Amino acid sequence: MKKFASAAVKAALSAFVLAGAVPAAAQTLNLAVGAPVTSLDPHYHALSPNYAVADMLFDSLTAFDAQARVEPRLALSWKPVAEDVWEFKLRPNVTFHNGNAFTAEDVAFTIARVPTVPNSPSSYGIYTRAIQRVEVVDPLTVRFHTNGAYPLLPVDLGQIEMLDSETHANPATEDFNSGKLAIGTGPFRMVSYRSGDRIEYVRNDGYFGARPHWQRVNYRMITNDAARTAALLSGDVDFIDQVPTSDIAKLRGDSRVQLSEADGLRLIFLALGHSHETNAPYITDNDGKPLGRNPLRDVRVRRALSMAVDRQAIADRVMEGASLPSTQLLPPTAYGALPDRQVGRADPDGARRLLAEAGYPQGFRIQLNGPNDRYMNDARIIQAIGQMWTRIGVRTGVEGQPWATFVARAGRQEFSAMLVGWGTSSGEPTSPLRSLLATVNPQRGWGGSNRGRYSNPAMDAKLAEALQTLDDNKREALLREATTIAMDDVGIIPIHIQKNIWAMRRGLRHEARADELTRAQDVSPAQ
Amino acid sequence: MSVYLLRRLIQAALVMLAMSIIVFVGVYAIGDPVEILISPDADQAERARAIAALGLDKPLWQQYFSFLGAALQGDLGRSFVFNEPALKLIGQRAPATLELAFGATIMAVIVGLPLGLYAGLRPKSFGAQAIMTGSILGFSLPTFWVGLMLIMVFAVQLGWLPSTGRGETVEILGMRWSFLTWDGLAHMAMPALNLALFKISLVIRLTRAGVRETMLMDYVKFARAKGLSPTRVIGVHVFKNILIPVVTVVGLELGSTIAFSVVTESVFAWPGMGKLIIDSINVLDRPVIVAYLMSIVLMFIIINLVVDLLYSVLDPRVRLESK
Repeated sequence: MKKFASAAVKAALSAFVLAGAVPAAAQTLNLAVGAPVTSLDPHYHALSPNYAVADMLFDSLTAFDAQARVEPRLALSWKPVAEDVWEFKLRPNVTFHNGNAFTAEDVAFTIARVPTVPNSPSSYGIYTRAIQRVEVVDPLTVRFHTNGAYPLLPVDLGQIEMLDSETHANPATEDFNSGKLAIGTGPFRMVSYRSGDRIEYVRNDGYFGARPHWQRVNYRMITNDAARTAALLSGDVDFIDQVPTSDIAKLRGDSRVQLSEADGLRLIFLALGHSHETNAPYITDNDGKPLGRNPLRDVRVRRALSMAVDRQAIADRVMEGASLPSTQLLPPTAYGALPDRQVGRADPDGARRLLAEAGYPQGFRIQLNGPNDRYMNDARIIQAIGQMWTRIGVRTGVEGQPWATFVARAGRQEFSAMLVGWGTSSGEPTSPLRSLLATVNPQRGWGGSNRGRYSNPAMDAKLAEALQTLDDNKREALLREATTIAMDDVGIIPIHIQKNIWAMRRGLRHEARADELTRAQDVSPAQ
Repeated sequence: MSVYLLRRLIQAALVMLAMSIIVFVGVYAIGDPVEILISPDADQAERARAIAALGLDKPLWQQYFSFLGAALQGDLGRSFVFNEPALKLIGQRAPATLELAFGATIMAVIVGLPLGLYAGLRPKSFGAQAIMTGSILGFSLPTFWVGLMLIMVFAVQLGWLPSTGRGETVEILGMRWSFLTWDGLAHMAMPALNLALFKISLVIRLTRAGVRETMLMDYVKFARAKGLSPTRVIGVHVFKNILIPVVTVVGLELGSTIAFSVVTESVFAWPGMGKLIIDSINVLDRPVIVAYLMSIVLMFIIINLVVDLLYSVLDPRVRLESK
């Protein structure tokens, strides 16, 4: 009883103290994200929620602005000084949270550490692999020697957060999580991290860039969509990300909250199976008998399947406006995207004609597979497409399953048509061209996620040329040509590009980012 | 007694062994953790490196035996996702779940026993009818829905309680507990109630049935005839006899709440073990799944043991023997 009473007194006192300290509370941002963070080690697990959290503590040489264009951060400028050498000039007078200076030695140290993190399930080493040698010219100049011309280096280095060669001499992932080594140059310092629950930050007042508004940040993880929205509506948090599409209309009508949105970089598309010449899985004629040759290897059939999809209807009805219908890899304004490519209307009659031309006047049967827990409304999208395909005579069965099982089967080419998503965090088209559409080639590292085994030598040639071209304008032209070839050949069927939607209490302002990252430095009070 | 304990321990070891084999084969059958964890940008060489780094390139039996070898030395492996020892992760999450489960169980006993007693003693009264009807709701409403409704009413509409998450914590014995702070209790109230609803109904029904049966027994009549006060008859003689089924069920319920409060923990963003296991299953984080399920098996066996020991305290006729 005594304990209880003293607790009550304490609570009353703390309420009093809190009430007296309004300015402090006004400088605290409580935000909740939907995707769990797995590690504070910025090089352990290449995953965008981890990158968002690391980007509050650390800095990279280059960085991406809200529209995913490369901008200077720890590096002030960069240029190729030879075909295979990039020179980066570093920002002077930058210090880590513990006072150590940031210099070229730290860059060399970080690049060496990235590929060697033990037990990493997905290494950031894919972004440093092109670097053969790091040459420290002087404390503020560093040169990267690459294997042949490598135009993507400034883009790749945007993913690599810089560590301190002294502080992080022998870093273990646990020491980042405990806070001992979570020391960067970034706009916030870490106070505490509770796995699966929250990260607490305080502002780094010595930050070289724009000083964030918030003195303290509680970065919470609330994975359940309904609970995250409820936390915002009850005022427990000020800001949430990944607003589910079913809540958008309700939140727009609520005077207490407002939304921010940006066209994203995550493409939702259908991959079609090319690898089976005959008897492709889940494809039969209308009587359920094997069809012989694989109809998906005929470009007319692929084109018909793409024409049958009413992308606008999916955006309006299934996505409730939270998507941008697309027939290419990136939003039309991105580097290397096709600015004039029209989405066009669904054309079921034209699709039927093309099918007849290809020798399938009566259509055939197919199964469309997809995950049901991975992308926004994924299972509902494949249901809608199944109906659209059935309307042109391709009788479509639909099966959604958990990502864990789906992705394993998709990798074994057990599906002929499948819905997948692709997030292009770099904001330029080499990543989807190289991983999704290029011919599978382990030596070159191409086609790593080309689950349908699409192959087009003309596209491969353009891509190879682009990857050797340092001139940004020439490269952009080549990438556009490669994209056009692949899209005209319907290597994949793009459906839409997701919009990223955040919600916040009224009175806040947020710079919505194309790359889905949720960072406290992008939020400020509206003025 | 010691033979009895030994047998139970051997039993426990065998069940844990079987569990680990099932998880290994199960995860292997579902898919490949690397496919899920790896960045989509990774190429074939990086995939091969990740598979080797996690030890998944070896044949399954070899992976299993190296796990078993380490497990015998108390090392159940490192999480693929967090790069921390699986047991440490479970240990970090355990206090949150334990306090929630105990909170719910205590609530169930404190609320359920008196209500059940009342319903059993005055079965015809209006109050008893109302209690029994209410308990049907407690059984049948889905936890998920009740949780969201609680949040909508008490957090969003009324603003009395925080909607989600765990409150302020106090560190005791190196673990963080929230039931010792006012803020922590406020955060705990709704999830604990949500978990307790089903248990309250269960305890009410068990108590009521027990009371109605016992009240007709000869020894109760005799006690009354002897002139003992009603309080003593009910509080001591009846009560002691109805407790055996209640203790059994509450014990098992406590176990399943600790192990499987997944739904409540996700709805309330409660950073406990239930959330850890469901997240781990989603990404096939095998070391965590194995370590978790093995600890749960161990826990159930211990709870059963404690329940058995409690029987012998409550009813001296019960002997702890192996048949």
